[in-house]
Amino acid sequence: MSSKIEITNLNFYYGNFHALKNISFTIPENQVTAFIGPSGCGKSTLLRLFNRMNDLIEDIHLDGEIKIDGKNIYSRNTDLIQLRKNIGMVFQKPNPFSKTIFENVAYGLKVNGVKDTNEINSQVESALTKAALWDEVKDKLNKSALALSGGQQQRLCIARCLAVRPEIILMDEPASALDPISTAKIEELILELKSKYTIIIVTHNMQQASRISDKTAFFYLGELIEYGSTNQLFTAPKIERTQNYITGRFG
Amino acid sequence: MIKKYFEKLQIALLAISSMITTVTIFLIVVFLFSYGIKFFTNSSIEKGYDIVVHESNPIQKLSPVILQQIFDQEYTFWHEVGGNQDSLEILHFEDLPNYYTEEQIGAEFELVGACITDYLSKHPNAITIIPSINIDSSFKGKIVEVASIKFTDVFTTQKWFPTSKPIALFGILPMIIGTLLVSFGAIVLALPFGIACAIYMAEIMKSRWRKYLKPTIELLAGIPSVVYGFFGLVVIVPIIKNVFQLEVGETALAGSIILAIMALPTIITITEDAIQNVPNSVREASLSLGASKWQTILYVVLPFAKNGIITATVLGIGRAIGETMAVLMVTGNSAIIPNSFLQPVRTIPATIAAELGEAPFGGTHFQALFTLGCILFLFSMGINLYVNYTSRSKN
Amino acid sequence: MNKYIIEKIVFWVFRLMTLLVVGILVWILGFIAYHGIQVLSWDFLTKMPEEGMTKGGIFPAIVGTVCLMVGSMIFAFPTGVMSAIYLNEFLGEGKIKSLINLMTDNLAGIPSIVFGLFGMALFVNKLHFGDSIIAGSLTLGLLVLPIIIRTTETALKSIDDTYRHASYALGASKLYTIKNVVLPMAMPNVITGLILGMGRVSGETAPILFTAAAYFLPQLPDSIYDQVMALPYHLYVLATSGTDIETARPMAYGTALVLILFVLFCNLAANFIRSIKN
Repeated sequence: MSSKIEITNLNFYYGNFHALKNISFTIPENQVTAFIGPSGCGKSTLLRLFNRMNDLIEDIHLDGEIKIDGKNIYSRNTDLIQLRKNIGMVFQKPNPFSKTIFENVAYGLKVNGVKDTNEINSQVESALTKAALWDEVKDKLNKSALALSGGQQQRLCIARCLAVRPEIILMDEPASALDPISTAKIEELILELKSKYTIIIVTHNMQQASRISDKTAFFYLGELIEYGSTNQLFTAPKIERTQNYITGRFG
Repeated sequence: MIKKYFEKLQIALLAISSMITTVTIFLIVVFLFSYGIKFFTNSSIEKGYDIVVHESNPIQKLSPVILQQIFDQEYTFWHEVGGNQDSLEILHFEDLPNYYTEEQIGAEFELVGACITDYLSKHPNAITIIPSINIDSSFKGKIVEVASIKFTDVFTTQKWFPTSKPIALFGILPMIIGTLLVSFGAIVLALPFGIACAIYMAEIMKSRWRKYLKPTIELLAGIPSVVYGFFGLVVIVPIIKNVFQLEVGETALAGSIILAIMALPTIITITEDAIQNVPNSVREASLSLGASKWQTILYVVLPFAKNGIITATVLGIGRAIGETMAVLMVTGNSAIIPNSFLQPVRTIPATIAAELGEAPFGGTHFQALFTLGCILFLFSMGINLYVNYTSRSKN
Repeated sequence: MNKYIIEKIVFWVFRLMTLLVVGILVWILGFIAYHGIQVLSWDFLTKMPEEGMTKGGIFPAIVGTVCLMVGSMIFAFPTGVMSAIYLNEFLGEGKIKSLINLMTDNLAGIPSIVFGLFGMALFVNKLHFGDSIIAGSLTLGLLVLPIIIRTTETALKSIDDTYRHASYALGASKLYTIKNVVLPMAMPNVITGLILGMGRVSGETAPILFTAAAYFLPQLPDSIYDQVMALPYHLYVLATSGTDIETARPMAYGTALVLILFVLFCNLAANFIRSIKN
């Protein structure tokens, strides 16, 4: 199993707050990796470092390295737009743009300079198909995306990021705002997608992590406490704090 | 027990205070419209005068506009105004002593009726004005009916001669067009700068600089309009005069520039608020798809903030239309319909400010200015209700 | 790469446009300060106008403006604060409240010249106050009433309900709680509204044109039924219709500077009070 993302001696600060402490591990390609841990443990912060979304925040500071495909993404000559294009992101709450369903999916193509209508049409269809949404929306592509249900909106957001053909997909608690049926659909979708994409998912829901992920990383107060195969981490954690967390004794 | 009643009384006092804004609006409506509507019951002839012609003249009725043109000697034949083929002759009332002696007119002007009757019998093609009190038994002539001021006339007449005698004209079309032109120019100038500044503040600028820019913009809003007018008068007007090689620099353009500066804080503040209200995750979603920051602003943030920007524009227009002093000082105030930005114009508020002091209380001119006030009032109400409606439908 | 270049250009254009907006402000303030400071002196502030207002000072205009500021606030401040208290503390959500809110917003949006017309019709003529401090103050008071109401409401809203509940729990009545707990806590922000209102009043011209302002008065007002000179109107007169506009120009710059200083002072004071509160 080749590694996709390599994190070495990573320290991250918001102002004076030491948010991530000396973190090193590697994330494998074409697998689902779950980040778990209590609120404020740094798991979302780390996720947002992979596509440099934290750059939007002022007064941050980073030490150490994050390498994707062997290239340090925090080096001076990183093409930020190219980086983000290769990394899709799905957010906690579904956040479609207030445009039509079609335009939402086509958006990434258009901003990346695709002008050929035929190509856009076929890409949109294929992205919606991969996101298991095509059958539900094919007759109302020109309706507003905001008219869809929450679960459909979230799958639309997944389709939107698939359309630009990323290699990595970051998911920040993608099902936390959804009902159980929609959640099940999203999980199913994640399992289908993992053959082609490296997926990293932040979740509060430990059952969800155990159901869908291959590897799990447990964070606590900005430190990586334990990282290993999901199976091992959930059945035989090596560290007591992990044990306490997954059995619900704290957090 | 007494304490309880005292408390009730205090609460009642609070309740009454809270009604004051509503009562004020009500009173404004009552006072503005009572004078403003009375205006339409006036005749445009000076009070206490009548227009008369010879009995044989077929003319029955004339509109104020035509009458004014007649006395301006714009016609030479009666058929041009719907009468017979005779030539048209005007007897100005103040010329009467040229034709009749003091004894004939009478020491107290009591014999004017007879004199005019005599004049008309010698000049059957003449038209003249006569004090109504002189229309007595000795007077033989026909009183021409003058239509009272009509709603449609006021809005279509192009001439504003509120003090001209004997016929005053109250065409407010030039003022309406002037107001709209100046405001339109202002908003066209202010919008790009306002939106650019708001975007820069909300999306691009570092927050530690934004901290200083915000109070600066607020300060711009706090400068009194008369200071803007003064600045416009001594700085902008001469610049316009020199740049465009004009006789006078007091033009619609000068008004638009000053109003644009005055509308900027409104546009910037509201647009910036609207942009700040766009959820961050929408920006991040766009960035994560490989859009640049500018693409994100253009395609995602601005459409999201569209309603706020429209509100900002509408309020900016409202501010521009109602602004008085600055415009009064820089636009030259001639009540003609302009055909370019480089001509003087006169706006509705400027007209009120410039003329109310000279209009006799309760007279037609006075009432006409209240009618202008009604138009302004209705306009501002319309804008407020629109903004209120859109902000409520958003929630 | 194209995208970066476009973005760079666009952002630079925005930066320049923003700088221009700030530049205009600096230009206006700088221009008036530069010319105004040359006539600003103790005499200018404390002497009567002389020689057809081309020499001397602007003392009566300063006094008049202060009279109007104080007069309008005597009316508007208590009314506005009481109104806001009733709206925020007593009146529940409903038709009446939304009507009052709508009317308050509408009042805030009415052009100042319309206030002038209204003040002239009601206070000057109907109530026979004549052109006077009281007519002008009432007109200006109505104009700033929405500002006072809105800032007071915001101030009251920012007081956490737990303070009210704590006071009720000790057996205090609602009115007592408002007077002794809520209002004192909200006071700094309420005062901010008062000062901003005063700043606004000091600069308004159109509402006092026909209700209070005099072209020239050789003496100070004796009573609230007297006309007054006022800074903004004085500036207008000096700039446009004085006996000798060119020679009066330095006087105009000085008046404009004093007027701006009034407004600036009010703005700074409001910001200062706001900042010590936080």
